[in-house]
Amino acid sequence: MNVYADNAATTVVSQTALQAMLPCFTEQYGNPSSVHETGRKAAQALDAARARIAELLRAEAKEIYFTSGGTEADNWAVQIALASGAKKNKRHIVSTAFEHHAILHTLKKAEKNGAEVTLLDVHTDGLARVEEVAAAIREDTALVTVMYANNEIGTLQPIAEIGKLCREKGVPFHTDAVQAMGHVPVDVAAQNIDMLSLTAHKFHGPKGAGLLYCRGGIPVPVFMEGGAQERGKRGGTENVPAIVGMAAALEEACRNMDEDNLRVSRLRDKLIDAVSSIPLSRLNGDRRRRLPGIANFVFEGIEGEGLLLLLDMAGISASSGSACTSGSLDPSHVLLAIGLPHEVAHGSLRLSLSALNTEEEVDYIIKTLPPIVERLRGMSPVWERIKKGA
Amino acid sequence: MAYSSAVMDHFANPRNVGKIDDADGIGEVGNAKCGDIMKIYLKIDDNKIQDVKFNTFGCGAAIATSSMATELIKGKTVEDALSLTNKAVIEALDGLPPQKIHCSVLAEEAVKAAIVDYYQKNGLEAPEGVKQCTSCCGDCTMH
Ligand SMILES: Cc1ncc(COP(=O)(O)O)c(C=O)c1O
Repeated sequence: MNVYADNAATTVVSQTALQAMLPCFTEQYGNPSSVHETGRKAAQALDAARARIAELLRAEAKEIYFTSGGTEADNWAVQIALASGAKKNKRHIVSTAFEHHAILHTLKKAEKNGAEVTLLDVHTDGLARVEEVAAAIREDTALVTVMYANNEIGTLQPIAEIGKLCREKGVPFHTDAVQAMGHVPVDVAAQNIDMLSLTAHKFHGPKGAGLLYCRGGIPVPVFMEGGAQERGKRGGTENVPAIVGMAAALEEACRNMDEDNLRVSRLRDKLIDAVSSIPLSRLNGDRRRRLPGIANFVFEGIEGEGLLLLLDMAGISASSGSACTSGSLDPSHVLLAIGLPHEVAHGSLRLSLSALNTEEEVDYIIKTLPPIVERLRGMSPVWERIKKGA
Repeated sequence: MAYSSAVMDHFANPRNVGKIDDADGIGEVGNAKCGDIMKIYLKIDDNKIQDVKFNTFGCGAAIATSSMATELIKGKTVEDALSLTNKAVIEALDGLPPQKIHCSVLAEEAVKAAIVDYYQKNGLEAPEGVKQCTSCCGDCTMH
């Protein structure tokens, strides 16, 4: 059996998105900036996608800036806030310790250029606290950026509360909603979100398309010099097929959200119950406040890469925050941020479901995983020590 | 990142997994913080590696290099085993991805540590130039 359980990494493109994209390659293939009919058709497709996405976000079409994905949108959001802040001598940014590297590395660079960054604790439950955001905000705070949902452990942050707080304090609020969009309700108006990043490939759209929502009234400096695309802020011919696919995928995801969430979160809970019963394993992050699809576990005494390879051989695609898979010596900064010791964080496993996963697939994971953990523990000197100590 | 089929074979079907209760030499290198620990047990008789077993906590390459290292020294003289290099382990596995080279270093060091332990237990002088793992994988020469 083949089970794709790595939907937080990326998702399969839905038939709806694919069918929406195909004519953009062969019929509406024009350059939206062109004057002729073929170009105008592409421009219409682009406008329609922008309008539809804006509606789904409860934003205005002119507040949407298409990008190549989440990373670009995150970089841009920080730049926008720093540029606005600089005019008022505000150089302080509040964020959390477990943001995606698209934010964290951008903030590191900003620090080198004179910004001051406060990274808030996300506690052992993987949740930022509104009171701590409030306490961190200063006179010179130019931006609060807190991810909507964490990509490794899936915990949902108190976005509406932070939005309300920031609005009251007059501080711009950005959220990286890459993992949340299309999976949980997002409403930039009601949640007082000033800027938001999303990417299409996490909700069954294509890779290479995303957007930054930036509330009207916030000055947007040019991100990419070039042509007049994206109201002159980001030059370059638009990726029309991918943007059209993104709109179609988001529309579909939002339409089916309630129904999908009910089913997916039930499968996720089944997985959590079964996997947590493996001795010396545990679920990472708050059990309740999480995305419908993501469950992240640690198994003491083993290393995550071996786990992934054996699962892969059994037909199951998953991921891990172990050092071996992160390409560095340190395990995932997310798992360290929720207080896991290095040696435990190495043994992590992220299973992320989508609406396409079936109960049979989840049962297959539940059946396949425990013997694999046992097998790796059987050859682990760390496990031997743990057993002796216990 | 892709592993060679030899690495995948030694990861999926590791040779010589286990412990030797009355081992003549035991070597353990690496640390859990860095994500790799290798422990090698030797049974030595007549100056020959009569039996060898390993336990490893680590990634696929860590398990595969441990397995290959034990295969390469089994039945060899102590001196031959001592001259095992990480390069030989890599070659026998048809190569390793660059970021996994340190696993082969760890495997070499684990074998050496076990032999040094054997020398010490028997009151023998270890030949000069035998290096032992200093501590964490971060100290490995390959980093
Ligand atoms: C939370 C979060 N932010 C940003 C990104 C980056 O998105 P993209 O790959 O579209 O640049 C990801 C995707 O891995 C993510 O999970």
